[in-house]
Amino acid sequence: MDALDVARWQFGVTTVYHFLFVPLTIGLSILVAILQTLWHRTGDEKYLKLTKFYGKLFLINFAMGVVTGIVQEFQFGMNWSDYSRFVGDIFGAPLAIEALVAFFLESTFIGLWIFGWDRLPKRLHLATIWAAAIGTNLSAYFILAANSFMQNPVGYQINPDTGRAELTDFVAVLTNKVALITFPHTIAGAFLVAGSLLVAVALWHLIRRPDSTDTPAYRFAAKFGSWVTLISATAVMITGDIQGKIMTQVQPMKMAAAEGLYDTESPASFSVLTVGSLDGSRELFALKIPYLLSYLSTGDPNGTVSGINDLQAQYTAQYGAGSYTPIIPITYWSFRLMIGFGLAAAAIALLVLWSQRKGRTPTSRWLLRAGLVMPLLPLAANSFGWIFTEMGRQPWIVFGEMLTRDGVSRSVSMAEVLTSFTAFTLIYAALAVIECKLLIRYAKAGVPDLTPAPDPDDTDDAERPLAFAY
Amino acid sequence: MELTTIWFLLVAVLFTGYFILEGFDFGVGMLLPVLGRDDRERRVLINTIGPVWDGNEVWLLTAGGAMFAAFPEWYATLFSGFYLPLLLILLALIARGVAFEYRNKRPEASWKRRWDHAIFFGSLLPAILWGVAFANILRGVPLTADHEYAGGFFNLLNPYALLGGLTTGALFLTHGAVFIALKTVGDIRDRAAALAVRVGVATAVLAVAFLTWSLTIRANTAAIALAVAAAVALLGGLAAAYARREGWAFIGTAAAIGLAVATLFTALFPNVLPSTLDAAGTLTATNAASTPYTLKIMTWVAVIFTPIVLAYQGWTYWVFRKRIGVAHIPQH
Repeated sequence: MDALDVARWQFGVTTVYHFLFVPLTIGLSILVAILQTLWHRTGDEKYLKLTKFYGKLFLINFAMGVVTGIVQEFQFGMNWSDYSRFVGDIFGAPLAIEALVAFFLESTFIGLWIFGWDRLPKRLHLATIWAAAIGTNLSAYFILAANSFMQNPVGYQINPDTGRAELTDFVAVLTNKVALITFPHTIAGAFLVAGSLLVAVALWHLIRRPDSTDTPAYRFAAKFGSWVTLISATAVMITGDIQGKIMTQVQPMKMAAAEGLYDTESPASFSVLTVGSLDGSRELFALKIPYLLSYLSTGDPNGTVSGINDLQAQYTAQYGAGSYTPIIPITYWSFRLMIGFGLAAAAIALLVLWSQRKGRTPTSRWLLRAGLVMPLLPLAANSFGWIFTEMGRQPWIVFGEMLTRDGVSRSVSMAEVLTSFTAFTLIYAALAVIECKLLIRYAKAGVPDLTPAPDPDDTDDAERPLAFAY
Repeated sequence: MELTTIWFLLVAVLFTGYFILEGFDFGVGMLLPVLGRDDRERRVLINTIGPVWDGNEVWLLTAGGAMFAAFPEWYATLFSGFYLPLLLILLALIARGVAFEYRNKRPEASWKRRWDHAIFFGSLLPAILWGVAFANILRGVPLTADHEYAGGFFNLLNPYALLGGLTTGALFLTHGAVFIALKTVGDIRDRAAALAVRVGVATAVLAVAFLTWSLTIRANTAAIALAVAAAVALLGGLAAAYARREGWAFIGTAAAIGLAVATLFTALFPNVLPSTLDAAGTLTATNAASTPYTLKIMTWVAVIFTPIVLAYQGWTYWVFRKRIGVAHIPQH
């Protein structure tokens, strides 16, 4: 272990942790906005109850996403200062735009939404949640454009005097083909989480308290969430398929490592499950689908898929001696777990819809249990997806341009980075426990009883309590 | 005007906005155990900043992002060099942000007390550490010729920087007290107003001492004029607070913070991080900057979006302009 390893662990831990909250913020902000819109359109109180109920869960989660997000922006400068120097000209721009265009929108309008229930006219209050949701989703685009530059650098040149990357075409950076496909894939993944949460909470109430007066509200939430889950699962698969083909073009090593494909094959078969020695060099058992890998990677069942050994030889010739191969068991398994967990969530969503066919109310205890683990599945899928994407790019921090080990801060000591890694890990662990307990507490409490809403135009009664106050 | 100068100004403006806005958030947080004598009073205090604190904090994210985009060398050297203070600031902001949202999510007194601690320390630490950081930026730090920080943590804790930390801490405390007096009704308002004057006098002494010391380190005519204006604004604000003209008092402390930050940035220019070792290590607005192309794009983005942001953030303050008191706090 040296400072580089600890800095990498810190980035991994803080980023995966941050991204446990982000998908829920992205997806749930829109779903809550839709629920509030339904209430606005129909006047049906069940939608208002659901808006307030899921809105509360959304806010408990939102706070965690906000505070862990600040760490992300600071971390590049603190632990990865040589990386920041190298790419600042390009990478800093989407980050700054993200803050100016998206974070201000999100944070300001969330404040208005939380505290504005009785201060703003209904229509304007509805607009605030949409503005916040749009801000959240916009922020995803800019940060993914920044990440896509690391995956597939475009729109730049290396200044021979300074050795730094300089922006030459900002439109190219924003329309990077990796960004264009990663954005819908990530957003769909986020809705997979949000839809699953809707289902899990609603199902719990439906099965535990079938005679509750709020059953119609939960029935709607379970159905709505299941459809969101199924539609986003389909979108995840379609975008993931396209992304795989693009990744095969820009980082063939990552996709070869996803398969543990050592030698170039044409046609190549897809490994559903391969048990091999730990370093992946020897195969003990394999279940394979012929032609599938060729088709997934190239769109042609007989297409040639490059293997790790050939790519390693090619990169050595291109970039000089060194290992250009990521850690195969991590890429292989994270790729499979991502797909497996995502599919499992979609399967449960199908079961939930089936259980409610023709007006039935689900009763199965097994379905209840499945429903409870349901939100964890796409969360895990999202995490493994990012672990795959980032670990699969190694040893590069900017593919083909800068090695991860060259990006770390030279002036930061092992003691410093270890202090910060330990501090973040401890505070994050404590907050995770607190957050989960709160989420469960509020999920169990169920939809709120509605108190008659005061007239927002009647601002004279100075003594009435505030809605949704801290 | 050179693009690098425009961006130096923009970064300065963003930090100025951040300190004026989150300054009173920090002040409210630090005053939570002082002015909030029971749970409902503490809730009044937190709710004065409830709708706006998150938006205020984004000024920091934008300042950091602007620094990264416009002056990558500055961002990289500063953030890796000021490692432990920034780590403490981050931990404080995490605890504090979560505390606002979670404090009232359970009824137990022990639960609330714990989050109250998080709000207090989470406000106190950054309020002081930002002063320490900016004093060190003005004073200069040991930088090697390739712009790497060569000092340690204790280099940053010199007497001048500690005075800077005390000054920002005191300024934000006064600013927060004035803000509470402006935003509340009843007993809490009276106590906040009285406290603002008492703390304000000590703050004025600290601020004058710190600005004078700063100007002996590096100064130009404009910086001296700004420092004098900052002192006048602070004294004017305090006089207004004493006269219970709370709106004017708030304008006074806000202007004092803005002018004090402007003093530091003006004295610093054209440097952005001076080196106390090798003059070649000094980072300037020119040698730390991004390419003109990046700066040009970012200028367009800033020109278009900054007015929009200012408009809707201003509107938020308008929506929540009413004073609040214990009567507005729901029972549960």
